[in-house]
Amino acid sequence: MAEDKSEAKIGVYICHCGSNIAGTVDVEEVTGFAQEQGPVAVARNYKFMCSEPGQALIKKDIEDLGLDGVVVAACSPRMHEPTFRRVCEAAGLNPYRLDMCNIREQCSWVHKNGATEKAKALISAAISRACYLEPLERREVPVAPAALVVGGGIAGIQAALKVADAGRKVYLVEREPSIGGHMIQLDKTFPTLDCSACILTPKMAAVKAHPNIELMTYSEVVDVQGYVGNFKATIRRKPRYVDESLCTGCGICWEKCPWKAESEFDCGLGQRKAIYTPFPQAVPNVPVIDPEHCVYILRDGKCGACLKFCERGAIDFSQTEKMVEVEVGAIIVATGYDVFDPSAMTRYGYTRFPNVITSLEFERLCNATGPTGGHIVVNGQEPKSVGIIHCVGSRDRKYHEYCSRVCCMYALKFAHLIREKIEGANVYQFYIDMRCYGKGFEEFYQRAGSEGVTFIRGRPAQVTDLAINEQEQGKLVVVSENTLVGAVMRVPVDMVILCPAMEPRADARDVARLFNLSQSADGFLLERHAKLEPVATANDGVFVVGCVQGPKDIPDTVAQALAGAAEALALIDKGKVELEAATAVVDEAACSGCKICLPLCPYTAITFNEAEKQALINEALCKGCGVCVAACPAAAIVARHFTDQQILAEVEALLVDARPATAEV
Amino acid sequence: MSKPKLALYWAASCGGCEIAVVRLYAKILDVAAFFDIVLWPCIMDFKYKDVEALPDKSIDLCLFNGAVRNSEQEHMAHLLREKSKVLVAYGTCAYLGGIPGLANVANREAIFQRVYHETPSTINDDGVRPQLRYQVPEGELTLPVFYDTVRTLAQVVPVEYFVPGCPPVKEQTEAVLQAVIEGRLPAPGSVVGASDKTVCDDCTRIKEEKRVRGFYRPYEIIPDPSRCLLEQGIICAGPATRGGCGGPCLSVNMPCRGCYGPPPNVVDQGGKLLSALASIIDSQDPDEIERVADAIPDLLGICYLFGLPASLLRRVRQDRRAFPAGVTGELAREQGDLAVMTQRAP
Amino acid sequence: MVVPSDNYEPRIVGFLCNWCAYQGADLAGTSRMAYAPNVRIVRVMCTGRIDPTFVLKAFSSGADGVIIAGCHPGDCHYSEGNYKTTRRIAFLRKLLAQMGIDGERFRLEWVSAGEGAKWAQIADEMSAAVKEKGPLAWRENLKEA
Repeated sequence: MAEDKSEAKIGVYICHCGSNIAGTVDVEEVTGFAQEQGPVAVARNYKFMCSEPGQALIKKDIEDLGLDGVVVAACSPRMHEPTFRRVCEAAGLNPYRLDMCNIREQCSWVHKNGATEKAKALISAAISRACYLEPLERREVPVAPAALVVGGGIAGIQAALKVADAGRKVYLVEREPSIGGHMIQLDKTFPTLDCSACILTPKMAAVKAHPNIELMTYSEVVDVQGYVGNFKATIRRKPRYVDESLCTGCGICWEKCPWKAESEFDCGLGQRKAIYTPFPQAVPNVPVIDPEHCVYILRDGKCGACLKFCERGAIDFSQTEKMVEVEVGAIIVATGYDVFDPSAMTRYGYTRFPNVITSLEFERLCNATGPTGGHIVVNGQEPKSVGIIHCVGSRDRKYHEYCSRVCCMYALKFAHLIREKIEGANVYQFYIDMRCYGKGFEEFYQRAGSEGVTFIRGRPAQVTDLAINEQEQGKLVVVSENTLVGAVMRVPVDMVILCPAMEPRADARDVARLFNLSQSADGFLLERHAKLEPVATANDGVFVVGCVQGPKDIPDTVAQALAGAAEALALIDKGKVELEAATAVVDEAACSGCKICLPLCPYTAITFNEAEKQALINEALCKGCGVCVAACPAAAIVARHFTDQQILAEVEALLVDARPATAEV
Repeated sequence: MSKPKLALYWAASCGGCEIAVVRLYAKILDVAAFFDIVLWPCIMDFKYKDVEALPDKSIDLCLFNGAVRNSEQEHMAHLLREKSKVLVAYGTCAYLGGIPGLANVANREAIFQRVYHETPSTINDDGVRPQLRYQVPEGELTLPVFYDTVRTLAQVVPVEYFVPGCPPVKEQTEAVLQAVIEGRLPAPGSVVGASDKTVCDDCTRIKEEKRVRGFYRPYEIIPDPSRCLLEQGIICAGPATRGGCGGPCLSVNMPCRGCYGPPPNVVDQGGKLLSALASIIDSQDPDEIERVADAIPDLLGICYLFGLPASLLRRVRQDRRAFPAGVTGELAREQGDLAVMTQRAP
Repeated sequence: MVVPSDNYEPRIVGFLCNWCAYQGADLAGTSRMAYAPNVRIVRVMCTGRIDPTFVLKAFSSGADGVIIAGCHPGDCHYSEGNYKTTRRIAFLRKLLAQMGIDGERFRLEWVSAGEGAKWAQIADEMSAAVKEKGPLAWRENLKEA
């Protein structure tokens, strides 16, 4: 590092890269140009700088000539910066005193003319920057050997089981009283028609029994501090008013409870008691008391039936909310999805007509544990004809542009189940495209076609109860164009099932903020790379799995959950993590506490030291983006390795050949 | 032993820096007792010839205020540099260009066109313009050349110290003179009479996180006197301005205008202020951001009110096609005389 | 008036973010797309790092044009950096207009890591546009007539 540039001793190494660079750039001329620059002690060119002999050249010069900075003009730094950094390190020079200059991808490979002149300008800039580069130290921090899984649906359950099976501690946090998510609400699953509960409940039981999994249901993560390898999460455990250690799940309390409420689990189609488990196979099989419907709580001790009947004395109204702090090395976010509310699409009559229902509501009707005991009944009657409308809220510029991926398949599943349960029932599918892309999907589709399901290609304009003829009396009429026939049809049915979009959770933004994640344009949480890093996120150590990342079916969810588990285990097993060295740091002599930088950091790395009246940057959280540095009006934040001084010198040197135009009037 | 010599000169300035020195009140007598004043056009009757007669480097301290925008000022800058041991750019005009520096949005032709032809109350049918030389029966009158571009003192001659302020506040002027008297000045090239922090450090208002939906002119709202003005949507240059003035403007509910210039590590004050203002807007919507930006009537004026000549770009791009046909310029410098430019009217 | 000499080639400084635009420019290279050599690139980690001072420095040091290229809105590697860039550039553009620097000399573009062709096209378009506008020649601008 040299304050006075003329005292720097920079070595410049220009790579031919075979003929990749030398074929277009005159490497001899450029070497001569570099040698003439003030701070340059030596300039060389060589066929393949990244090769062993090439690297040896640099190492020898550093040792013999006492170079304090190195410029390698070659391929993109994204290729070989680590290579040449290692060379510097081996020679005893701090690796951050290296500046790589891209004269291949961004010069020789793209310019037929002018490549040599441009190479000179780029090298001039790299030399200038190299003079001001500071040595930096990389730091390693240990990784806490535990994982936090947020969300207890199939994704969270699968991820937790895999990490726990590998011998690592897992905290599994679920907001609802029981794990199971949306999958446990389903009846049968496509394309195999497995019973959803049958395949899921063994996994749920495994979670409960696993010695490495600490299950916290009826709980929420409310705060996350720290950074990869060292997260501290605060979990709010809501009071159940039932002692988990005493309860046997005998069920007498909810049998005797006189107070009813709408069952959330049954999508409001059925009822539950004020003390309840959401469904019979709940894990843990311990009820919760709903403070908004429990008369003991609402009316100060009136009632108390459960207290009286519980033989174990497990009811405990003195419970309060508890905050628990856990330390983990990795976090897996598996908070799932919400179902689009089609009441906004008034033309389909959802909530106006009791026999227009959503797919999730239909799953509850079909399910033996549901409000109708598994009988498809609406208005007390079995529907003889059912219309299924696809893409409600999906593939729709007014709501969600994306395709929800699972609806075509479950619509086919519904058709099958309806015809199985109701003999001779007519099922009409109103679709735009039939998307049956997965393993066994196409075969399932063919089967549905042969089972006599009617497919109408069109987006229905409305669902109406206004009959225009006798056939339509007392029925719902789905009015839709049939594009393949080229006519508008009116199809009278007894029930309409809407396939609503799979949406990000209503609180997705809060979840994103909580874990320092981004949302994609569609609102789901953003993965680090669409193809190559589907579960990692921009926040190191936090992974997104399942439908929280985007609509998907159960096989894909499980695959992603396992991927997330692998990522978490890789981190934990490595045992340590390297922190970014090129972070931002506050210059205490210059910061005057204006607080302009504070809200700008997406990683909440900037806090305020009230005592000193200064901003403070957590080195471990800072990713070095530089947003705060550019905003600071006092230039009191320094972006290591990309300082103002370095960049301004680079810009000035880039234009070293800018001469005034010759003619003047 | 003779007293140390002190010179004060005003170039393109308003006179406020003269008043700043006079505002030392009784202490001015201490100054006059310590120094031998050899030039002070505002207050005393020395002539340029008296300065020319002095030996080189015989003036111990020269406080030069005002920017350089004509050839007379340029000449005096060179002269005083020759004759002075320590040359101080006193006040923001000398340091950064100051308010006169705003003339860098125009050039000589544009200014003369406006002043001598276009202003509504001007009647100038003969198209008379200032002449560099004019013969009268008594002899020849001369005027200095009016330059296109206003410059800071340091852009004309090397300068030892810079004292910011429009004008420098009383306490700092005292401190600087005291430091000179006691021989306690820092390394040459330094800014003195100011702090190394920003005006935020002087300002006593409560500062919280800043997220604004738009900016107001000071007359548009009545701001809460206890809270940061910028947070309330009033553009305050304080965060981007060197401190040490004590924040007097803030204490009377007016935003800082930036007269102490950039903080120590800042290369271009206007660029940094602009970045900070844009960064605190609480919106991701490009249209809303455009609206907020459009609502600011004169961003250049806000960013470079005091420092346009000292900024990276220094001046607005000149449209030299504005020169009417037939006007040419030749710069001729005569020995020891004012620079003269012959100018032929169209 | 400054008349460009016949062999005037614009010098354009490009500030490209490491994760998207710089990779996109690299992709143009690996795909061997040919484009004009007038853009000289400065790599930053995020366009959010770009201080308007850098742009002013480029113009005052002799650049005829400046381009900033980063990740598409919503895709910023650091979550929101490019949104801050948008705000700053909106203001900077107004200032540059007041300084007499034509908007065509200053561009903000979104180039993803897969958009090598887009980068080549932008470089060509901008080089042509700035060539037509003539040199900015800021040092000349400071001289007395």
